[in-house]
Amino acid sequence: MSQKIEVSIDGSTVMVDASATVLEAALEHDLFIPHLCHHPDLEPAGVCRLCLVEVDGCLVTACNTPVTGGAEIRTDTEAVKETRLGAVELLLVNHHHGTVDCEEGDACELNRIARFVGVDETRLDRYRPPDRSLPVDTSNPFFAFDPSICVLCGICVRTCDEIVGVAAIDFVQRGFDTTIGSAPGQQWIDSDCVSCGECVARCPTGALSFTGFETPEREVTTTCTYCGCGCGIHLGVAGDRLVSARGQRENPSNEGRLCVKGRFGFTFVNSPDRLTTPLIRRNGTLEEATWDEALDLVAEKFSASRGDAFAAIASAKLTNEENYLIQKFSRAVMGTNNVDHCARLCHSPSVAGLVQSFGSGAMTSSSKDIGDARCIFAIGTNTTAAHPIIGLQVMRSIRAGGKLIVVNPREIELARYADLYIQNRAGSDVALLMGMMRVIVDEGLHDPEFIEARCENFEAFRDSLGQYDEATVEEKTGVPFAQIAEAARMYAQNSPAAILYAMGITQHTHGTDNVLATSNLALLTGNVGLPSGGLNPLRGQSNVQGACDMGALPNVYPGYQNVAIPEVKAKFEQAWGVELDDVPGLTHLEILRGVTAGPIRAIYLVGENPALSEADATHAREAMEKVDFLVVQDIFLTESAEYADVVLPAASFAEKDGTFTNTERRVQRVRKAIPPVGDSRDDAWITCAIARRMGEEGFDFESAEEVMEEIASLTPSYGGITHDRIEQVGLQWPCPEASHPGTRYLHAETFPRPGGRGRFFPLKYRPPDEEPDAEYPLVLTTERSLYHYHTATMTRRVPGLETLRSEELVEIHPRDAVALAIASGDRVRVTSRRGEVEAHALVTEVSPPGTICMTFHFHEAPTNVLTNAAYDPVAKIPETKVCAVRVERA
Amino acid sequence: MATTNLGPVLSAFERRPESLIPLLQSVQESLGYLPPDVLGTVARHARVPRSRVYGVASFYSQFRFNPVGRHRVAVCRGTACHVGGARFILEQLERTLEILEGQTTEDMEYSLETVACIGCCGLAPCISVNDEVSAKLTPMKVRKQFKKARK
Ligand code: SF4
Ligand code: SF4
Ligand code: FES
Ligand code: FES
Repeated sequence: MSQKIEVSIDGSTVMVDASATVLEAALEHDLFIPHLCHHPDLEPAGVCRLCLVEVDGCLVTACNTPVTGGAEIRTDTEAVKETRLGAVELLLVNHHHGTVDCEEGDACELNRIARFVGVDETRLDRYRPPDRSLPVDTSNPFFAFDPSICVLCGICVRTCDEIVGVAAIDFVQRGFDTTIGSAPGQQWIDSDCVSCGECVARCPTGALSFTGFETPEREVTTTCTYCGCGCGIHLGVAGDRLVSARGQRENPSNEGRLCVKGRFGFTFVNSPDRLTTPLIRRNGTLEEATWDEALDLVAEKFSASRGDAFAAIASAKLTNEENYLIQKFSRAVMGTNNVDHCARLCHSPSVAGLVQSFGSGAMTSSSKDIGDARCIFAIGTNTTAAHPIIGLQVMRSIRAGGKLIVVNPREIELARYADLYIQNRAGSDVALLMGMMRVIVDEGLHDPEFIEARCENFEAFRDSLGQYDEATVEEKTGVPFAQIAEAARMYAQNSPAAILYAMGITQHTHGTDNVLATSNLALLTGNVGLPSGGLNPLRGQSNVQGACDMGALPNVYPGYQNVAIPEVKAKFEQAWGVELDDVPGLTHLEILRGVTAGPIRAIYLVGENPALSEADATHAREAMEKVDFLVVQDIFLTESAEYADVVLPAASFAEKDGTFTNTERRVQRVRKAIPPVGDSRDDAWITCAIARRMGEEGFDFESAEEVMEEIASLTPSYGGITHDRIEQVGLQWPCPEASHPGTRYLHAETFPRPGGRGRFFPLKYRPPDEEPDAEYPLVLTTERSLYHYHTATMTRRVPGLETLRSEELVEIHPRDAVALAIASGDRVRVTSRRGEVEAHALVTEVSPPGTICMTFHFHEAPTNVLTNAAYDPVAKIPETKVCAVRVERA
Repeated sequence: MATTNLGPVLSAFERRPESLIPLLQSVQESLGYLPPDVLGTVARHARVPRSRVYGVASFYSQFRFNPVGRHRVAVCRGTACHVGGARFILEQLERTLEILEGQTTEDMEYSLETVACIGCCGLAPCISVNDEVSAKLTPMKVRKQFKKARK
């Protein structure tokens, strides 16, 4: 609790926070002091001179003057009024050429202030108005900048610098010509701007304004549908349409901030391409059908494929309630554990690996606490692109003097902020991490007390470090050992140190080993069980954490309760009133392979698009083509839906109630803002309707809330979660009972493993499955763009996002480009052992020599046709991050 | 030019924000001006955002974003010259040379800039051409002086 002191404001004595500024103190006591350049999220700047007050008889700016005990503050003296009036007048002359009551109305803070201080418009004539007129910059698809309204308060400049960390814009030119800009002759879009809109949201005058938004009739608070950051968002509604979005300040995950996808990406919901009616394939083509026809057909076919001939692929984009119902349907109705979802393709090694070492496969810390880390070790994560709001926490930590180590084969955006950037060979992470740990042990930088008190198997692990001598590590990683040693020291000597990782660690044939290497590192230095340290797998999709928690996995029920354990099976048999199977089901890849080489005859594919997302996508397409009966449930007719026998139109995130669990384990509400588009239905309704038509019981839920009650009753870590409790703020699991406050960080006292200790794992380096050779001399690695999401079925239906990034680009290093006579913009053909893809080249030093990089967002250039489906033996994740290719001009 | 090798210039400076201004000066000395794509290179070297480089460079009149001509014409805008009508001198020069302040003629003969007091206040208004001062100017005199040269 901060200390309070006594001050007098306009004659009345009040108690205020000792660390407050005069302005904050006054505002806290509901006393308005005009202010323009102050923003609560930013450090004080003191440039607009409007917040003048007298403190003990001296004129000062309130926003950057700290309160002192006993101070006498006056906001209404003649001196204050007169000086302030002059300052307001001068600003007004430069704003809209001196009109009070401009069209911005109350949205313009300067307007409100002008009325508050009582500006007499006729008095403005004595000033010479600025003689310049600069054009409005409309280069960004989502917002515009009008320099003639700008009063140079600098809130945008400071937002972009202090909060976003990008510093795309600054004050440029001098004197009267001063404006906001980035480089000579450049427009906003040409700057480093990432289009997050944070500056626009804070602009007090309307000089920066959103172009696509309309004024909403009402707002509905929900959770962003895109990435695993899980930002709280207020969706604006007019009629039945979404018209605006803004960040929810009270949400601890994002504190009001949003990225470009969250803020502007909601318009796919209004897209005319939405599926609005069920479709049934008749004589080879998909034709419109009624729900009765579609459900009857699905129920009939599914009834004929019970048991292991059936498989469901659920989705990390669905709510917890919906995932729960799909796995329950597969297990209880269809009698099989063949249920999996796209987490198989992204974080299955985190689940598999961390369960072995820590006992729980989730992010240990809270997003917000990452910003307080003294050191961040970001390996295999392009945080600012894939998890932008957690990226802001990285920026916060750097600003506070924390160290940043970035390990990535690609020189990603974060590398520019790093104290140490290591460009290792794709797929060499085990060697790199074990090399670091060797240095830590050799130099005695490990934490013997923590290891002694809380870990096991240390000796075996330590012995395995012997294989990682300097020469071997350098050879495998391609990194000078000195850099690795420096990383080791920096990580070990700055506590708390947080590890962040994502798909660069997991999408390998040795993904589980990679994960175990990171958990070894965290254990070795005692960086587990503290708020701002830990090991943090950044989960990709809005509800990938939840889909795993809900048991949309072939080997576990909700809450990671193993299907093979008899007591667990008995518990679910009793709850669901059916007999259950104790044999783990097939994984994502195995399901699709099971069509050609196994028992699979019917697939229920919900909210997933393997035609683009699956490694070796050609095989996935063949399987979907061949399977006897494919039901696709989605909001758009995806590339995969084109193979369907029945297409069921689903409601989007804005059209239903439920919960998402974000990457920091926070279970948050998803709320219905508008009715389902056309004849679409929410996924829970659809799954229940199929089950009921098959004559089954246990699918009569009135609401998502009721489903959550059943989830809580069967899932210990969700035991205390109800929709009521998370009405305002979400709860972080484990939250075992109704009075439990949720868990901010994991493993504070013990690890949820038998014996309660964290386990070290000796590890052997294994190279990627496919390495470059004479025929395929380059490595292809894959990435994501900030502007698109997954297979881009949603984001490519947002015109502005499509403007910002509209096509696949093959990123290639200048050295390789010269050797192949390729220039930026040339059309190139990329060929692997599995297929070929064409796209334009982008010559850039971001990709290291010998490695090219592509995303997987664009159906015109389906990158996963190239990738290798060889998989990790434990987690069965395919090696999407490394395969061998050849590039030539097309 | 993306091809300009700034390596030797850059390497004389430490890679930190404090190097920014001396670095810009040194780059300008070697290239004569600051081409737009060099700003990114300088930003990376000094570890500051690109926008900061432009913000700083455009704040100080000593930095130019256009190549300079063989004759650098500098119009004084100090107090005495301002009062003496520097504005009209500048306007006349812009008309005669057919360029705006901060620009260079196509034949690279003249560039035009403004500076603060050049220390000849008694002779205001004045300009300097490659450090040689012309004093007590009027728009007419300016026109004559440069019309001839332009022909
Ligand atoms: S939109 Fe975001 S990145 Fe772009 S200038 Fe504004 S704050 Fe900076
Ligand atoms: S960071 Fe992720 S959750 Fe937050 S607004 Fe962006 S996409 Fe949505
Ligand atoms: S709010 Fe204090 S100077 Fe602008
Ligand atoms: S003001 Fe021009 S020389 Fe001094």
